[in-house]
Amino acid sequence: MKSPVAAVAIALSIFLGLPISSFAGSQDIVVEDAWARASIGKNRPGAAYMTVRNTGTDPVTILSLETPLAMMPDIHRTTTDANGVSSMAPAGEITIAPGEAVSLEPGGLHAMLMRLETPMVEGESFSLTLTFDDGGTVTVDVPILGIAARGPEG
Amino acid sequence: MQRRHLLTYIGAASGALALALFAGWWQVDGPGAPEPVAKRPLPLTEMDFQMTDQTGTAVGPESLLGNASMVFFGFTYCPDVCPTTLSDISSWLDDLGEDVAQLNVVFITIDPKRDTVAAMAEYVSYFHPAIQGWRGSRDQTMRAAEGFRASYEKVATGGGDYTMNHTASVFMFDAEGQFAGTIDYHEPREFAVPKIRRVLARTEEETS
Repeated sequence: MKSPVAAVAIALSIFLGLPISSFAGSQDIVVEDAWARASIGKNRPGAAYMTVRNTGTDPVTILSLETPLAMMPDIHRTTTDANGVSSMAPAGEITIAPGEAVSLEPGGLHAMLMRLETPMVEGESFSLTLTFDDGGTVTVDVPILGIAARGPEG
Repeated sequence: MQRRHLLTYIGAASGALALALFAGWWQVDGPGAPEPVAKRPLPLTEMDFQMTDQTGTAVGPESLLGNASMVFFGFTYCPDVCPTTLSDISSWLDDLGEDVAQLNVVFITIDPKRDTVAAMAEYVSYFHPAIQGWRGSRDQTMRAAEGFRASYEKVATGGGDYTMNHTASVFMFDAEGQFAGTIDYHEPREFAVPKIRRVLARTEEETS
């Protein structure tokens, strides 16, 4: 260690459990109110909802999702046209401006969990990792509510 | 000089008028016109299709006459719109309390390939007990959708999987089977519940 200051900083960060390599942006991401609905078996795709808040000063883009629960997790967007026809398509990359939040909620954006490995059972939870454009990740624990749940409160 | 200015103004004004007229035509009748809105559903008495409900009973549009009805389309492999619609409707039905006994509430699958009668029975069991789940053959499903002027379309999602785009509105009918309006997908409860109450009130007038 050439610099005693750096050595102390690293020692401190290890002691405090802070990440040594800091990512520009994703460390300012806060995921709130994550929830999902239970599934019937594992043949049907599931969906998870949450609010992703950017508390930092740089825009942050969500690149991908990963979860041990599903082989193909992806953010999809539901849209309903003037004739009342609803359709769903991959949402692509989602950029969150500084100070803004993106809501994944019923009828709009949702984390679509395709190819479930196990059924989603009410009362259990699963981990979901979001990867951002700066290489950072945020992992959240998503509680599984009932099939008829309407929001994070059930 | 004055005269030339006046001509310039007149020229500019008529140019602007022509542009405004053209823009108006473009948006109303021309290529920029909005798609025509969906046609009204037929009265239930003019529809003709046969399905099976979640108890295995044969049902059709005539089964709905005598009570007001709410009918909507979906499929059980739908992760977002359909459970949201069913749970929204369940909460409206909770608000209606005992009046629910005067109402038919029917969820029709547009994915009969995957949604068997047993699958529909299990699915609806998670929601308000008044919600029925109807399933018909591919042809009968097409006939039903035609009657309601609903549309659906299969969309491949890769690896042999598919999802369905479909009309997500809830269609309401009075006890005589006359179309009585729609509730849009995800319409707030404060609009949806009064709409249902109005149809129920209309039904009471008709039957009293």
